[in-house]
Amino acid sequence: MEPVTAFSGQIVAMPINDIDTDQIIPARFLKTTDSAGLGKNLFADWRYEVDGTPRADFVLNQPRHAHATVLVAGDNFGCGSSREHAPWALRGAGFRAVVSTSFADIFRNNALQNGLLPLQVDEETQQQLISLAQEDAGTTVAVDLETQTLTLPDGRDVGFPIDGFARHCLLNGIDQLGFLQSLEDDIFAWEESHPARVNTLASA
Amino acid sequence: MSENGQRPRTLFDKVWDSHVVRPPANGAPTVLYIDLHLVHEVTSPQAFTTLRERGLKVRRPDRTLATMDHSTPTTPRNELGIILVPDAMAAAQLEVMRRNCEDFDIPLYELGSENQGIVHVIGPEQGLTQPGMTIVCGDSHTSTHGAFGALAFGIGTSEVGHVLATQSLLQERPGSMAVRVDGRLQAGVTAKDIILAVIAEIGIGGGTGHVIEYMGEAIRSLGMEGRMTVCNMSIEGGARAGMVAPDDTTIDYINGRPYAPRGETWDAAVAAWRQLPGDEGATYDREVVLDAADLTPMITYGTNPGMGMRITERVPDPDRLGDLTAKLALDKALNYMGLQPGQSLLGKAVDVVFVGSCTNSRISDLREAARIMRGRKVADSVRMMVVPGSQQVKRQAEAEGLDEVFRAAGAEWREAGCSMCIAMNGDQLQPGQYAVSTSNRNFEGRQGKGGRSFLASPLTAAASAIKGAITDVRSLQGEHA
Repeated sequence: MEPVTAFSGQIVAMPINDIDTDQIIPARFLKTTDSAGLGKNLFADWRYEVDGTPRADFVLNQPRHAHATVLVAGDNFGCGSSREHAPWALRGAGFRAVVSTSFADIFRNNALQNGLLPLQVDEETQQQLISLAQEDAGTTVAVDLETQTLTLPDGRDVGFPIDGFARHCLLNGIDQLGFLQSLEDDIFAWEESHPARVNTLASA
Repeated sequence: MSENGQRPRTLFDKVWDSHVVRPPANGAPTVLYIDLHLVHEVTSPQAFTTLRERGLKVRRPDRTLATMDHSTPTTPRNELGIILVPDAMAAAQLEVMRRNCEDFDIPLYELGSENQGIVHVIGPEQGLTQPGMTIVCGDSHTSTHGAFGALAFGIGTSEVGHVLATQSLLQERPGSMAVRVDGRLQAGVTAKDIILAVIAEIGIGGGTGHVIEYMGEAIRSLGMEGRMTVCNMSIEGGARAGMVAPDDTTIDYINGRPYAPRGETWDAAVAAWRQLPGDEGATYDREVVLDAADLTPMITYGTNPGMGMRITERVPDPDRLGDLTAKLALDKALNYMGLQPGQSLLGKAVDVVFVGSCTNSRISDLREAARIMRGRKVADSVRMMVVPGSQQVKRQAEAEGLDEVFRAAGAEWREAGCSMCIAMNGDQLQPGQYAVSTSNRNFEGRQGKGGRSFLASPLTAAASAIKGAITDVRSLQGEHA
């Protein structure tokens, strides 16, 4: 995995609460067996007419936001289905971070596994960023994972919480699977002391 | 302090503590062992790709079970008894599942085979879901299995890979939340109404970061299938998982199922399960209390499961909400749903009624719907689909003649699967259509692009199918009891 350290990016606002993962990537696009190629269907039902033409009034279709890499959303982003296709679609469309006051648990985990930063901020910062993005599409923020700070256009630094281990993995480009594999002895010891209750291979 | 000097522990504490492979150390969170990993075709292919790329095996195929449910058609079998898959992408995805299970020695319940069904129906049905276990699946409704006093939660595809390769997960310990439902339910009010009322109360983000334990007389009075309905929708309140402490109801349900322990092993297992309920004095980070006597049939009016109300209430008015973002959210939802503030939903015409999904597709759900349908007809304007949760549920329903009740009423009797709950298998609403659905999500487009869903119980769904419009089951003649 590519390390994630610090970057700057233009913001785009979707000030809607409770954006669920069915909106981020509708289920009919989940018949793929690949994780690439989902970006074009990000927010598909909000982004395209029934015949497939892009809706001019949808924010991500506006040319002025074409280069945005930081999505500023309403509260409780990513609720609903556990589909990791949601962060895959966001990453596929070029996003590197989502700003919200809160994230659904599974979405947060999935995002962190894919180098997409869930930046949890207070409501005032969220609202300030939404206004800024709507006023000026060129508005840029800086994200520093090392110091866990989001720097606003006015120079104000806002901290964001992030699980320490996920941060370590992101900064060093390590994935969690490799770490779990290194714990083979611990896992084996647990299994030795806890006999299995069920065996799915045994014919019932 | 309890007698042994330890802090009194909750059901969740006991299950969590007994699965810690490694406590938090050097900045890494808990490593938790996973007893049972359920796998389906939609969220697993990329995880198997990772295993192949790294040359890894599935560590414990004997703790893994795969089924086909999400992208599978539910159309009746052909003359050879085969369920055809006309969608090329779905067929390819199912083929990948088949190959992955073969290559990695994982048992698979193939489409149409005797035990195939929705992943959260088959685990309990086979007796694989047992109290005190940790269970995961790449599916948010894994919380269903918590009805047995298991810790069961949904994970993403990367984590599916972690469990396939190591049978373990890195997990932050969640907070605890008690939801107590006191008293007794009135006639016509079901487990589905309990959970819709809970979510309306706490909101769809209300349980975020928490595991809910459901308790109280009304929960204890539910059968296992009702408890599964309640735990199933924990995620719709944002919770990581939902749990119910095991009791005689739980033990009776498991006894004799294919993978249930037998003989002396059974006795030892039951003794261990009896130790799982929370200790006297155990505390929770949050508590919510509802009175079952106050509950009525529920229905949703909006575009998330938290937008629910008593079926007799009126659609709320965005202008009466103080919070601006909440007002905008409700405006947007009512606009999508084509509803007016202050409107009653009783009598609102619907086009489709769907009985099915991991929330409400078990035999007791079908019996409830059939009880209402018997001797009645589905309104001419309504398409009603009844989709059993598994092949086993289907056979049981047919043995009881329920399929005949549905068919005689004019409903479609289908093969097992997720079907119109997620609408990726061809079973879907058309743009603008209204549906009463026993499933778990009324998100925009969830049941088909432009489709509009009202979530409700099987009783409400059946009553609405007959009347062709949203109906309070308690108003049907002969349904007073």
